[in-house]
This record gives sequence, C-alpha cells and structure tokens, in this order.
Amino acid sequence: MSLWQLLYEPDRWADEINKLITNWGLQLGIPVFITQLFLMIVVAVILLSFILLNVAFLTWLERKVAGHIQVRHGPMRTGPHGILQPVADGIKLLFKESITLPFVDNFIYTLSPAMMFTAAMLTYIVLPFAPGWVVAPLDYGLIFVFAAGGVSSFFVFTAGWSSNNKYSLLAGMRTIAQVISYEIPMILAALGVALFAGSLNLVEIVEAQKGLWNIVVQPLGFLLFLTAALGETHRAPFDLLEAEQELVAGYMTEYSGMRFALFYLGEYTHMFAAAALMTTLYLGGWQGPYLPPVVWFLLKAYALVLLIMWFRWTYPRIRIDHLMNFSWKFILPLALINLGVTALVLVW
Amino acid sequence: MITTQEFHVNLGPQHPSTHGVLKLNLVLDGEYIVDCEPVLGQLHRGMEKMAEGMHYGQFIPLTDRLDYLASAANNLAYVLAVEKLMGVEAPERAKYIRVIITELQRIASHLVAIGTWGLDLGAWTVMLYTFRDREMVLDLFEMYCGARLTLNCFRVGGTTYDFPPGFIEKLKEFLDVFPRRVDDYEALLTRNPIWLSRTKDVGVISAEDAVAYGLTGPNLRASGVNWDIRRVYPYEIYDRVEFDVPLGSRGDAFDRYMVRIQEMRQSCRIIKQALEQLPPGEVMLDLPTISLPDKRQFPNNFPAVVRHFHLLVQGYAPQEKEIYLGVENPKGELGFYIVSDGSAYPYRLKIRAPSFINLQILPKVLKGALLADVVCILASLDPVLGEVDR
Repeated sequence: MSLWQLLYEPDRWADEINKLITNWGLQLGIPVFITQLFLMIVVAVILLSFILLNVAFLTWLERKVAGHIQVRHGPMRTGPHGILQPVADGIKLLFKESITLPFVDNFIYTLSPAMMFTAAMLTYIVLPFAPGWVVAPLDYGLIFVFAAGGVSSFFVFTAGWSSNNKYSLLAGMRTIAQVISYEIPMILAALGVALFAGSLNLVEIVEAQKGLWNIVVQPLGFLLFLTAALGETHRAPFDLLEAEQELVAGYMTEYSGMRFALFYLGEYTHMFAAAALMTTLYLGGWQGPYLPPVVWFLLKAYALVLLIMWFRWTYPRIRIDHLMNFSWKFILPLALINLGVTALVLVW
Repeated sequence: MITTQEFHVNLGPQHPSTHGVLKLNLVLDGEYIVDCEPVLGQLHRGMEKMAEGMHYGQFIPLTDRLDYLASAANNLAYVLAVEKLMGVEAPERAKYIRVIITELQRIASHLVAIGTWGLDLGAWTVMLYTFRDREMVLDLFEMYCGARLTLNCFRVGGTTYDFPPGFIEKLKEFLDVFPRRVDDYEALLTRNPIWLSRTKDVGVISAEDAVAYGLTGPNLRASGVNWDIRRVYPYEIYDRVEFDVPLGSRGDAFDRYMVRIQEMRQSCRIIKQALEQLPPGEVMLDLPTISLPDKRQFPNNFPAVVRHFHLLVQGYAPQEKEIYLGVENPKGELGFYIVSDGSAYPYRLKIRAPSFINLQILPKVLKGALLADVVCILASLDPVLGEVDR
C-alpha cells in the first residue's frame, strides 16, 4: 500500500503499526509497556517536529501575507520566495546574546518563555488531526484545551511582571484582564457545540458533525468563538499586550535572543491551535470528500489562519476599555443567548 | 493592606510613536493619564540665532529643516516674508509654480500625518499605502529640483527652476490617480468601526480652547473655527482659485482626520486650477539688487560676474523695518517676524512654528485620557519635532 492510500485510512494504519510493533516486541521478549513507551516517544517527536515546522512556516506565511496586502513582496532573498527565512531568523536568534538585566526576577524571567511555549503545545495533545491520529482522545478534551490556553496566557503575565519594567507590567496586567474576559465567552460558545455532540471529547464532536457541520447549525456561535479566539490568542485587532506604539514591545520588552524567539514560537503555536480548534468544533474537523482526512484538516485550519492574518493587516488596534466593553456587554450576553437557545432546541 | 499608587512613565524620547524626540512625563493611574508634561528642546539647533549670522538668502536652506515634511511650504513662508521686507514681488509664473509645489507638499505632509497615525493605532497597511503615494509626490519633487525631502527650491524674487519638460504630464497623471487612492484610505479608515471608536470623542478640543491656545491649521479647523490664511489673507494666487475650507464640528481626533483627508482633495483641486491658469514667462525677477544674473552670460560678461560675486558674498540689505508674515502651512500658520537694522543680516528673526504652538494644548487634552489614546491624540495634533524645537 502506498503512503497516499494509507492517508485515507489513518486509523487502520495507526492500529496496524501499533500491533506490528507490539507483536515484534513480544517475540523478542520485550514487555508491552516498553514498546508502548517507545511508540510514545516516536509520536511525541513527530508531533513536536510538526509543531515547530508549522510555526516556522507560519512566520514565513505571515510575512508574505503582510507583504502582499501592503503592496510589497515580503521576504524574497532566502530561497525561492524567501521560504528559508525562518531558518535564517532561527540562526540569528540562536546566536544572539540572551541578555538578563540585573533587576529582573531571574527564576521566573527565565522560566516564563519556556513554559509559555510548552503550555501552548499542550493543546495539540487532544487535537484530532484525522481519525485515530490523536495523542490522547481525552473525554474532557474541550476543557483541557481551554485550561492549556489559559496557562499559556498566565506565563505571559509572569513574564511581564518579572521583567520589572513598567511597559512589561502594563502589558501583563492587560493580559490577565483580556484573557479573563475572552476565555468565558469562548467557553460558553464552545459549550453550544458540546451540547450538540453530547460530549466534551473532541473526537466525538468531530464525528457528530458527519453530514452537517456545526458552522451551519451554530453560525452565531462560530462568529463569537472566532472573535473570542482572537482575543484569547492576542491577535489583532486585540493585540493590546504587544502594542508597540504604546508599550514598546509589551511583555517581551526585556527579552532577547532565544527567549524572545520562544515567545514568538508560543504565539504562533497558540494561534494555529486556535484555528485547529475552530476547525474541530465548527468546520467538521477532518471530514470532507476526495482528499485524505489529514489534508482536509490542515486545509481548513490554514484557511482560518489566513483569515486571522487578514484581520491583523487590515484593522487598527482596539482600545483597552472598548475591548472590555465589547467582551462583557456584547459577546458574553450573545454567547449566553446562543447557549440557552441551543439547550432549548435540544430539549424540544 | 492593599493600596494603589500613581505610576510614572517616560514616554520617549526614544519611543516608537512620539514622532521624533519628544519626551512626555506621564503620571498614570492604572491606564488613565493623571498628568502629562511634555519635555521639549531635545532637537534644539538654535535656528533663530543662526539666522542672525547669515544674510537673507543663506537662511532658505535652513528653513527646510524646520518642518522637514513640508520643506517647500517653509521656503515659501520665509521667501514671502523677505519679499515683503524688500518690497518686491515674484513674477506671475513663479507664483503659480510656488503654489503648485506647496500644495503638493501639503498632500505629502498630510499623507505622512495620516499614515503614521494609522501606524500608531496598529493599522500598518494604511501607512504603507500612504507612503506609496507620497513616493509619487517625492518623485515629482525630484524631477522638479533634484531634491526629495529638503527642496530649497524657492528664492527671494521667484523660483530657481521652471517646470522641466514632462513634469506637467506626470503631475496630471498623479492628479488622476490620487483621488482614487484617497478613497482607498477612506475605505480602510473612515468606515472602519475600530478606527471610529478609537478617534471619535477622543481628544476633544473646544473652539474656545483652540483659539485660546493659539491653535492653527487643521487642528483649529477641526474645532469648527473657519480660519484659513489662504482664504482670510490670500497670498500668491489663492484669491484666484476656488477651494473649500473643510471644517470639523466636534473638535475630536476624527474631525482632525477628516479635515486632513478633505484638505488633500482640496489641494488637488487647487493644483488643477493653477495648472489651467499657468501663464508663460520668467520665473525669476531680473533685479540687480536681489537676483543672481543669468549664468549663461558668465565667461564674457564681467559685470554679471561681479554682480554674482557681490550677491553671494555680501547679500542684499533691506530698509530698516520690522515685518511679520504668516502663511498656511500643512501644520498651521508658519510665520516669520523679521527685524531689519538696514544691514544684510537680520537683527532678529523669530519663527512662529505651528507645531510648537499646537503642542501646547497636549497636557490639557491628555488629562483623563487612556494611555492608548496618548499616541492617538499626539498623532492627531501632528507635530513635527524639527519645527517644535527649531
């Protein structure tokens, strides 16, 4: 069987490899848990490389999209159409000095970027890329995603606080305010989907959308979730915490070198996770005709990523009090109504 | 016991959105501004004093460095002031050329104002669009006099150059394209709810305050005061062209934005009419006391060489008197007050810089505003620090 055909039956493929390796281990006298551990490491490496390559690609894509929207070319020198730009950036940032200023709270200051990236990556554990292609099909997957996202934002705040810089502190304060006000409507919007599927498990949510995607059933929920996700992932027009015109570089002001890069990686990881989550919840996840499931999943997620990038390069930044008003007085009531109506429809 | 305390932030002088080396000492209560003190003078070059050591013609290139985004307009203000002092008037064609160039300069200046303002509020794309179109204006300037930013193209008694061949065609091309580009900015900003929420009712300046603080230019007109020197005391050819003076009603940042957008359209109108009326003829007075001789006479005509030498080394001396002349610059009323003691050097030269005076209202407007609005209000006043500090 060719690889392409395998992609059409990802669950069978995953199962067969699992069985094959376990049996081979048993023949050699290796206990099952050791072969399982080995498999876990392999899967982790594959997932990590996907995340990192994807983030590298996203940084390039963002610059290209920005360039073409702003009547210029974007990166053109490194490789064809600048495709190797992330590599050049990575090398540059690796070799930069990571300056630690004397007045920072060193432990938290060093920990924050790494933890923020890690927390952002945690989301990918429960994302179903294709049938059977999910690291942990947790029963409470949806809650887990929000928890991981919230933790990631928490480390943005600690970074701002530990930097001992006024601009960073202001950005940290904004982060907390923003995340609290956008996490709640986001969860409420997602609960509508969970009610429909009757499960918090992301795999089951995708399977429940067979034939009819949730975006058709819950268009309002989708719009609310999209808006709240922009706020959650600090993307424009809600990118208040790195508003360079007010706060220099926000919470990243005192960071340099690879620590700075980790924040960057974390942000893009978070953004793609948000797009992937929207795909899972509203766009039917991996489902679609003709193409293999994983291709469908990535296509939908990238369409959303492009939409998010388009917002960033077209809209000005919203002001902090408008942001709060928008969330508490507009999005939250709508999300509650959406949830209530969904519940009523399901009961009848 | 938890207490809260006020918070001091220095915005600038090295800050991405202070539009130059302006430092604001802010006192913050959370995100709200309690107090603001602008610290000026970091770009002070002592221009007014330098003027006292130069004869009148030598000061023209220095006026380029006042409001460096509108150098031709500064040249015009100074040259007109000296012409008033000398009691001379430029030829007709020179007047038209000066108006066309300064109106182009007004467009370029407003483009920078709106572009950087958009950038300050996070709308990057607007900035790249406006700079693309400013590039067309700068190309026209390059074609006209070789310089793009500091033009130094007007002289007492006329202009240095006539329009080169092909210039008028390129200018007409620009005038065809530009109104559509303004529509583009309006599509990106004027009808954008986020832009409206960021600028409406932000930094409101009442008409009384605007007059009391001596605001001029678009900032004054946005508060609803109908005061445009081009209309009130017409100079050059402004009494011969038709144009509207756009006015705001509430005096908030959005009105200041709309006034600038409409002024760009009006500038296009003025240039079109000026091009239609453009008369033939000389662009420089041939007056032995102030104008350089035609250089084509040079090798053979000894008196011309002597005249050239005299004018460049000794300059020309006006009568003993004091004059003031203000013109409508993109930023407001730029005025030159010149005291002459009868020598070739001004006894005193005072520059009434519009940006400097417009900036004085900043602490009053900022009180109670949000930190995010500081950059918006500052950008809406559109100061150029070269002019503030002189």
